[in-house]
Amino acid sequence: MTTATTNLDVPVLTAKDFASDQDVRWCPGCGDYAILNQVRKVVAKMGNRKENTVFVSGIGCSSRFPYYMDTYGFHSIHGRAPGIATGIKLANPELDVWIVTGDGDGLSIGGNHLMHVLRRNVNVHILLFNNRIYGLTKGQYSPTSEEGKKTKSSPMGSIDMPLSPLSIAIASEASFVARAIDVDKNLAGVLERAGKHEGSAIVEIYQDCNIFNHKAFDYATAKDAKLDNILYLEHGKPLVFGKDNQKGITLDRTRKPKVVTLGEDGVTEDDLLVHDEGDESLAFLLSRLTYPDFPEPMGVFYRVEDDCYENLLEKQVEDAVKAKGPGNLADLYSAGDTYTVKD
Amino acid sequence: MAAGSVEAKGKAPLKDVTSAVVRFAGDSGDGMQLAGTQFTDTSAVVGNDVATLPDFPAEIRAPAGTVAGVSGFQINFAATNIHTPGDVVNALIAMNPAAFKAHIDDVEQGGIVVVNDSEFEKVNLRKAGYKEGYNPLDDEQINQKYKIYRVPITRLNEEALAETGMGAKDIGRCKNMFALGLIYWMYDRPLDTTIGYLEDYFGKKKKKPEVAAANVKALKSGFYFGETAEMFPVRYHVAKAPISPGTYRKITGNEALAMGLVTGAKLAEKTLIYCSYPITPASDILHNLAAMRNLGVKTFQAEDEIAAVCSAIGASFGGQLGVTGTSGPGLALKSEALGLAVITELPMIVVNVQRGGPSTGLPTKTEQSDLLQAMYGRNGDCPIVVLAPKSPADCFDIAIEAVRIAFRHMLPVVILSDGYLANGAEPWPIPDPTSFDKIEIPAPPSPESFHAYSRDENLSRPWAAPGMAGLEHRIGGLEKQNLTGNVSYDPENHQEMTDLRHAKIDKVGEFIPALEPYGSPSGDLLVLGWGGTYGSILTAVDHARQEGHKVSAAHLRYLNPLPKNLGEVLGRFKKVLIPELNVGQLRLLIRGKFLIDARGLNKVQGKPFLIEEIEQAITLMLDGTWGPSESLTPRHHQVSSESWGG
Repeated sequence: MTTATTNLDVPVLTAKDFASDQDVRWCPGCGDYAILNQVRKVVAKMGNRKENTVFVSGIGCSSRFPYYMDTYGFHSIHGRAPGIATGIKLANPELDVWIVTGDGDGLSIGGNHLMHVLRRNVNVHILLFNNRIYGLTKGQYSPTSEEGKKTKSSPMGSIDMPLSPLSIAIASEASFVARAIDVDKNLAGVLERAGKHEGSAIVEIYQDCNIFNHKAFDYATAKDAKLDNILYLEHGKPLVFGKDNQKGITLDRTRKPKVVTLGEDGVTEDDLLVHDEGDESLAFLLSRLTYPDFPEPMGVFYRVEDDCYENLLEKQVEDAVKAKGPGNLADLYSAGDTYTVKD
Repeated sequence: MAAGSVEAKGKAPLKDVTSAVVRFAGDSGDGMQLAGTQFTDTSAVVGNDVATLPDFPAEIRAPAGTVAGVSGFQINFAATNIHTPGDVVNALIAMNPAAFKAHIDDVEQGGIVVVNDSEFEKVNLRKAGYKEGYNPLDDEQINQKYKIYRVPITRLNEEALAETGMGAKDIGRCKNMFALGLIYWMYDRPLDTTIGYLEDYFGKKKKKPEVAAANVKALKSGFYFGETAEMFPVRYHVAKAPISPGTYRKITGNEALAMGLVTGAKLAEKTLIYCSYPITPASDILHNLAAMRNLGVKTFQAEDEIAAVCSAIGASFGGQLGVTGTSGPGLALKSEALGLAVITELPMIVVNVQRGGPSTGLPTKTEQSDLLQAMYGRNGDCPIVVLAPKSPADCFDIAIEAVRIAFRHMLPVVILSDGYLANGAEPWPIPDPTSFDKIEIPAPPSPESFHAYSRDENLSRPWAAPGMAGLEHRIGGLEKQNLTGNVSYDPENHQEMTDLRHAKIDKVGEFIPALEPYGSPSGDLLVLGWGGTYGSILTAVDHARQEGHKVSAAHLRYLNPLPKNLGEVLGRFKKVLIPELNVGQLRLLIRGKFLIDARGLNKVQGKPFLIEEIEQAITLMLDGTWGPSESLTPRHHQVSSESWGG
């Protein structure tokens, strides 16, 4: 298990060290495998200790994740992982806590909790596996399924309007918002940045459910098509995409996003929007870009530094002790009016 | 009432009485709760035994002057030991016609009624629902039944504060202190406790010394009015109660619970993390604990009841003491997560301050109707430890006990308080914090021999919190294999684990004290109760015993598991009566478990039992006139074999 030691005699761990002894039981070919492998690599690369790492999940295929990590783990109840994770951080702010959730768990039954864990800026990293379907219950439409989607529970097509997880995250005051794809090269980099972010970080991961919604993200993963349909975000760089990096995003005169081709109609790189991770409005605009009208952005949409909830709470405790002195029970009991009865 | 003139202050002679029940009633904006708590504090400080019953509307500001908006506060203060806020009111202070209308029926015949005469005019009488042209104060029958004192409190208060330079609205806000001052005079109480409070609260905390001064002036003006006006023929004096020597304070159930939880956490050397969503009548626990940051307490106001219980579970998994607090509807929302706490065998505490149900029900009124919800309100066979405090001060002890059990046995514990205990107050002998036994938490085994679901002698599994190297493990809501804690769908394992979860509760039973009946160990009738009905039951049984009846009382603080000797105790009595503020939840459990014909006195009227109601039920049980009903219900405080409750 130990591969090397540092001068502190702490063994350096590898991805393999983070694999538990449990057999992974996702369907063969599921996108979850790729994500699991990347996460194991990233926590190892980040120098995490197994004992200080906690994976928390709700219910759903993705929520089996903690069983496959040789760290502390809590496979909780449907939609409630943010609550459990918040409690863990309140108990021990030093822990590195990850939440694994899905489009049903995180956006449907647990939508409320997702919003609040983000706005509080609890220092947790949320991996939202979006496969646009309910897998564990065998194929009903989810909050991210496209309109008209035919499933067992929507034989005539879904009449639900799908939502954008990242629009919600930005509106919920998340301090780190990103997107990646299970099989895409950028996943590891995005995960690492999310893992290192101090505050509530959410990464939407497009994940292929090869049983109930196979190839839902074909447009974003197929070799010949993907470069025209996704756009890699880079801080400070113009929004360009396409096989030959010939296309870009600009705003028209009504401030609506528009796809343009460099060199056509006199369009140059200077006309394109430039990505700024600190710009909330831009992040929201990016979160609204959807295939087929637009390329779907990948990478870090938004990032801002802010105080973490659990640290602010610790600070209140410290401040109260400074202001009032360390409380003791005898004083607590005797606060207010007391009276003595003599013999 | 024992009479005897003691001294004279002003012109009215002072008459000694052993106890008195006073009720302040007014519009919910009239400051009646403050007047009542101040009267309680002063009475406690002068050495009386006290018991209180606040009664306020669910609406924060119901339309002014209406019966819906009436807020009341009752206090029983005595020269003897008392256990209830009192059955009948000796003196009512009614600040407007609505308050008069809502409370006059509870005043004893010949009782004192001080009314704020200024408010008994046309509009207010109409708002209170009196018919045009009628003023109850002019009603001959009412004047014959009660001693009505018409004091123009609003006007006198305005005149007293005319020169303070304050606005009319601010002056009006002081009239509760004028009324309080008058009642202080009537019951021979000193003003210093309240003056100290007013100066501290308004003067120092709110930084409004002029408001403090005006309130003090109103208080004194009320007192002097009593002294000067030749209105009142007599004053009353309630001597000190024979209370054991020691230092005391007044305490409500919610205050006691908060302090008990902190104490439990300190004894276990853990951080108390209280996760809650505001809900009446439990919110004061959150408020109390939020003010204890300097004791290391962390509070977390969650986005909803489910997040509150889940974060408490997370806090316990994280190695500290997670506690969540709520009331009935909130407990319903927490049920699924409580199942998770049971199957993951984590030490945490749920406080449920019961209120009238079902659904939103009666948010500000007391009831005991969540017993079965606490016992069984979860999917699957999902046993949980249930404790219930018997008095406001007992909330302190039960909270420590809950922490002790949670850590020793590695399981969640439910505390069933109720609205009456939560807001009611009684004297509390201040304990010495060093007098409590430490709460020991077994150290987790070494990494070599660690299994997440191994068992110690109490069948508890080890508590290995994140951060402990070599003990990494995964838990969750799926059934776990005993010993290893791995997910298991094995049929025999599920049977074993279900049995183990029940056996763990039985193990708790080995640590709880045997039930000892109050009175005689055997007899004709045992009155069995639980929770906040303790005071009424004890007093009623006392009275029956004084009349020579072979009646005893037994009170359950442990509902799950029940005391091991309960069956044996029940068997020593010919009959069993179970009074409950529900339609018979403990009765169902007792009949089911012990196959005895226990009868119930059951009421859900938003108020605690009157002593008198239990006395009537005892009489019916003893003289054989109870009839065939499994339960009877007091209607307008009368219990008969006809008053069948279902």
